[in-house]
Amino acid sequence: MNWEVVIGLEIHTQLSTQSKLFSGAAVGFGAEPNTQTTLVDLGMPGALPVFNKEALRMAVMFGHAVNAEIGMTSVFARKNYFYPDLPKGYQTSQMDHPIVGKGYLDVTLEDGTTSRVGITRAHLEEDAGKSLHEDFQGMTGIDLNRSSTPLLEIVSEPDIRSAKEAVAYVKMIHSIVTYLGICDGNMAEGSMRCDINLSLRPKGQKEYGTRTEIKNVNSFRFIEKAIYTEIERQADILEDGGRIIQETRLYDPEKNETRSMRSKEDANDYRYFPCPDLLPVVLTQEYVDEIKANLPELPNQKAARFQSEHGLSEYDANVLSSSRAMADFFEQANDIAKDPKLTANWVMGELSKLLNQEQLDITQSPVNATAFGELLVRIKDNTINGKTAKDVLQAMWNGEGSADTIIEDKGLKQVTDTGAIEAMIQTILDANAAQVEQYRAADADKQKKMIGFFVGQVMKASQGKANPGLVNPILAEMLKGE
Amino acid sequence: MFEQSIATLAQKLRNKEISSVELTRLFLDRIKTIDPQLNSYITISDTLALEQAQAADALLSSGKGTSLTGIPVAHKDLFCTQGTLTTCGSKMLHNFIPPYESTVTDRIQQAGAVMLGKTNMDEFAMGSSNENSFYGAVKNPWNLDKVPGGSSGGSAAAVAAGLAVAATGTDTGGSIRQPASFCGITGIKPTYGRVSRFGMIAYASSLDQAGPMAKSAEDCAHLLQAMAGFDEKDSTSAETATEDYVSGLEAPLTGLKIGLPKEYFGDGLDSQVADTIMAAVKEFEKLGATVKEISLPNLQLSIPSYYVIAPSEASSNLSRFDGVRFGHRCEDPKDLLDMYMRTRAEGFGTEVQKRIMVGTYALSEGYYDAYYLKAQKIRRLIKEDFVKALDEVDVIMGPVAPTTAFGIGSKTHDPVAMYLEDIYTLSVNLAGIPAMSVPAGFVDGMPVGLQIMGNYFAEAKLLNVAHQYQQHTDWHLQTPTMAKGA
Repeated sequence: MNWEVVIGLEIHTQLSTQSKLFSGAAVGFGAEPNTQTTLVDLGMPGALPVFNKEALRMAVMFGHAVNAEIGMTSVFARKNYFYPDLPKGYQTSQMDHPIVGKGYLDVTLEDGTTSRVGITRAHLEEDAGKSLHEDFQGMTGIDLNRSSTPLLEIVSEPDIRSAKEAVAYVKMIHSIVTYLGICDGNMAEGSMRCDINLSLRPKGQKEYGTRTEIKNVNSFRFIEKAIYTEIERQADILEDGGRIIQETRLYDPEKNETRSMRSKEDANDYRYFPCPDLLPVVLTQEYVDEIKANLPELPNQKAARFQSEHGLSEYDANVLSSSRAMADFFEQANDIAKDPKLTANWVMGELSKLLNQEQLDITQSPVNATAFGELLVRIKDNTINGKTAKDVLQAMWNGEGSADTIIEDKGLKQVTDTGAIEAMIQTILDANAAQVEQYRAADADKQKKMIGFFVGQVMKASQGKANPGLVNPILAEMLKGE
Repeated sequence: MFEQSIATLAQKLRNKEISSVELTRLFLDRIKTIDPQLNSYITISDTLALEQAQAADALLSSGKGTSLTGIPVAHKDLFCTQGTLTTCGSKMLHNFIPPYESTVTDRIQQAGAVMLGKTNMDEFAMGSSNENSFYGAVKNPWNLDKVPGGSSGGSAAAVAAGLAVAATGTDTGGSIRQPASFCGITGIKPTYGRVSRFGMIAYASSLDQAGPMAKSAEDCAHLLQAMAGFDEKDSTSAETATEDYVSGLEAPLTGLKIGLPKEYFGDGLDSQVADTIMAAVKEFEKLGATVKEISLPNLQLSIPSYYVIAPSEASSNLSRFDGVRFGHRCEDPKDLLDMYMRTRAEGFGTEVQKRIMVGTYALSEGYYDAYYLKAQKIRRLIKEDFVKALDEVDVIMGPVAPTTAFGIGSKTHDPVAMYLEDIYTLSVNLAGIPAMSVPAGFVDGMPVGLQIMGNYFAEAKLLNVAHQYQQHTDWHLQTPTMAKGA
């Protein structure tokens, strides 16, 4: 049968506030267990939550960025369940009245098509702590550093129809939250995690099939693989005439399979009710408008500007603006190089290649945007050619200094002295008399093919430093032999 | 000395007629001799009290301090006190020594008061008789066979017996007013949000409110002065400015409009209690007040609505007592579920377990709308009743409880009769308005409290009304026989 996949995503985004959602404790990754906690985070009797206004501001920013209704009155609710790393026995979240209501995002796929993904809601909630099983034999340690860390849970409509579309959507959310500066986007450290709700239905059928939920997938690649794996699993069952059980599953990247975690039968009754320790959050139109007016440039706006202002192609503009760090790098380098096309090519080409080789993020690049721009200036003014520039970049990457220092130290300046080039060519012609004769006997077409040999010889003799713009015409002239 | 008011004692401390250390010793000695009969204290913090008294004396001799400096007080054992055992009347917290201080006790300490100890209470503030304490029932100093009321029964008994000059209490459904009434002392439950709940172990967060319990309205005013005010650590604490509760006490009552809700004088009210209340109202008329009958038509709905909302919140608030981080943990748990179940079964008493189960049920899927949401709607009606009534009158008066203190054990097997004890008090908590209990007479040797209710943030008015009454009556000056002579 021809199946259609229906996907809805829940993305947990950790907001990069200075302090926690309901306490003044610092938010940070990797601190000693339980050192970043207050009475509130530890769930001590009598401790009371105080709502962090910074998180509120960030949530409203996000709402604006996804064209959403802002919840002018939002209410915190308690989600009650027992777990050792949930210190209060409930998680403070939002249920009936979330801070961000209905919105949408237009997602561009690799093939250039665009589809609209509805956003159901985005609500604020606190994270739980962490159980440590390895460090204590026969016991479990509890680290509450993460307790009450602010999360924005972004829930999509079941509008997504493929793994590629899902990944494009998550990348776009990732790009938006990092552009807004409300999340560091570090998926490896859990700053963004994704739950995938997935079902299959025969193509053309209106009703949804039974869905499963895959919890806590934390990379773009795993999202794609988990979806493919789960589609295959569900399709196999359905093809065999079986039924899908509604359940929560885990994706195991090592075995590339999804595994049952718990079924609906042992699901909790969370007994949500409005948290009596927190008043409803009531916003004024003025507050909401002020945040909207001060939103930073978003990825799609930036891409449009790169095309109009810098004359980049749509493709280049989209690639460069997909991450704020890359866009910033490009703009800073271009401020120095003053050649958008050249800068774009080099950022997307050589620099990206080196970053990929070492699996580095652009923010971790050993060559900063300014130094990179200075290198591009030397290509533009013909001090070095493109080939030499690659070597210079590699040297800069290895920490050997600025572009100019390396060019100077290694004597890589292009030879632009016509006399010197003529002398060099004469030597080559003398040493290859037979080829010169062949050349002269050949027709124009053949000559065009043969000239490459002589260019190669000259470049080799000059150790790549001869300016190819000069070598070509002089060589052509001298080969004529007149 | 133990019968004297805060103002008088403050004067004597300032005049060096007595030192705080002497005064504190006097009360600690009284506790040692008298409290074994009453069981009003769970913890006596004598070392700390004497240290604080010394500090108070030093401060007083430099001419500084407030009216509370050097005055020995007691705190209900649900206020977290740094370094001092805080049990909430429960086995669950039999070993809990908080590393932090509640805002209420902190402010009272900042005002210079001396903490004698922590008073007994119904476990997690659930009860109307103080029979639900892991540390045993408290006795009523007027008759040791009777209950002192609850849940702040230890504080009420301690103040009535002269084992503390004043004490803190908390009131979720009448837990300050009913024991104050049963023990013949004065207590005020302020407007919800007037006093910070930070560091107060929660029973039902949207109803809990701390307040002072003392012999007179004037003493309550001194204590409330220290307790009240905005606290950034409690999001539900009100930013409304506090009034000067002491300086407003002397205002005359001429023109005061008193409302008597007819629902407060219907079936179930003991006729002698009713007569006592009406006699008190007459006294107010003599002071220039006028009386008007009013109606609070939804009063009878307050008990079912309270007994849905309070347990619902409690079921969630008490989830943190799971044996993981502090308090009681069962021996040798098999696994996680076993630890949760045995810890909670061993740590909580039956009334607490009962309310957790009621609350869990009321919030569960399929019942939420029928119970919790419905109760919240009733709550709004009750609030509207009060708002409407307080448009017409300045204060509302009525009984605190249908009877005087009942016999220990007499209602323990009839939970509904026990819950009906709170019929006149808990609607006030649902509405969030302030209310107090003022001694208004005796029936068969047991004290009767007059309840005075007022508008939001009208604590100063209530204290003024009560104080003027106490200037013309001496019910609040009576001392139980067992407390005399020691």
